[in-house]
Amino acid sequence: MLKTGTERVKRGMAEMQKGGVIMDVINAEQARIAEAAGAVAVMALERVPSDIRAAGGVARMADPTIVEEVLNAVSIPVMAKARIGHIVEARVLEAMGVDYIDESEVLTPADEVFHLLKSDYTVPFVCGARDLGEASRRIGEGASMLRTKGEPGTGNIVEAVRHMRMIQGQIRKVVAMSVDELMTEAKNLGAPFEVLLQIKKEGKLPVVNFAAGGIATPADAALMMQLGADGVFVGSGIFKSENPEKFARAIVEATTHYQDYKLIAELSKGLGTPMKGIDISTLAQSERMQERGW
Amino acid sequence: MLKIGVLALQGAVREHVRAIEASGAEAVAVKRVEELSSLDGLVMPGGESTAMRRLIDKYNFLEPLKEFAQNKPVFGTCAGLILMAKRIQGQDSAHLELIDMTVERNAFGRQVDSFEADLMIHGVGEDFTGVFIRAPFIVEVGPEVEILSKHNDRIVAAKQGNFLCAAFHPELTDDYRLHQYFVNMVQSAKEVVA
Repeated sequence: MLKTGTERVKRGMAEMQKGGVIMDVINAEQARIAEAAGAVAVMALERVPSDIRAAGGVARMADPTIVEEVLNAVSIPVMAKARIGHIVEARVLEAMGVDYIDESEVLTPADEVFHLLKSDYTVPFVCGARDLGEASRRIGEGASMLRTKGEPGTGNIVEAVRHMRMIQGQIRKVVAMSVDELMTEAKNLGAPFEVLLQIKKEGKLPVVNFAAGGIATPADAALMMQLGADGVFVGSGIFKSENPEKFARAIVEATTHYQDYKLIAELSKGLGTPMKGIDISTLAQSERMQERGW
Repeated sequence: MLKIGVLALQGAVREHVRAIEASGAEAVAVKRVEELSSLDGLVMPGGESTAMRRLIDKYNFLEPLKEFAQNKPVFGTCAGLILMAKRIQGQDSAHLELIDMTVERNAFGRQVDSFEADLMIHGVGEDFTGVFIRAPFIVEVGPEVEILSKHNDRIVAAKQGNFLCAAFHPELTDDYRLHQYFVNMVQSAKEVVA
């Protein structure tokens, strides 16, 4: 018997990405640069988050031409983003053979109440989370991989740090609790009880959790790894920097050797100006992508 | 106690560490060339072979790994199998070139085609759940290579001397028989040297 789309195959795919860097790309050329630099996967997009932020308006799934171009350009896995709750965008990406779908707050949500029922699909999904409640709800819906939401397109690591610390702290709390306290914690977090029970038993999330949203330097990537990330997504950081190729390689190495500070010092030399970045306090509530989804 | 390293440049390292420990050996994650010298055997995990190769080159791991393999056992799963092959279909060059075989990358298709299937593995046993994730398979093998398992007529596990490889991910299951098989290989190799 041959079974496709099993939980093990979907979650396992993300396990293979651990310790790696997933890079946003907008065409075949960028995808090839990312692959050569050692990216473990690329995210095919029409615009990187900082440009989506600058452009305003409604951000949707990328033009399938771009996704196809990237699929044909590289041998590493290709991810693509669908709007939160947009069943058809997700099915279209699945039909195109995309390896992983990001149900992403970077795009304008299609549904403000319901996220996708991700367990229904053969293709695996990654979703953003700010805390353990949100993370557990996404797992409950069938997400095979998580990432921090951070604040995409800002080049500011502060929100990703907040979300990673929050989730790690809440996991430690759940692990330390006695089982008879868990239902109340589930109620408080808005988390499925079964997911919390599993986290308590295993001492960790049942899926891989990457860092995303604001990683702009090799030191940022290494910081997220130290805080417990299994790997990192770099969106605008790479191809908005002065020397994307060098920058991409430096981020990959800093992620592998996140505790080798001399190496990170070497890697960080002469990288040129990273993306300018945005102070989160200057963003109005409506401009914060992390508030999208629940 | 036997000490087995897991190459930890990228990929599913933790799962292999757990499986090795469950098979009665000590497991260590290996990130530096110097760490190879204290090992009795090495596992090359699943992950992205292109990403691993770039880091292998960057940290001058290629020659030390080839040297290590001259007298110590090596076990590669998925991307690790690709790193061990002498020939890769559609590519002019291979990586460590340890096993006399030709492999095809992503040979079963994209992620939506990833699957689980029951396998019979010679010398290991039946009903082994093979977890194939964007997996490669072995197209052909040289005369020195022993075929351990096939799925739909495609070679998915093989052995040549001290080298063991699998196109699937035994580390993603709780079935440690294949890891135990490798630990036994490491034990035998150590006894021969002693």
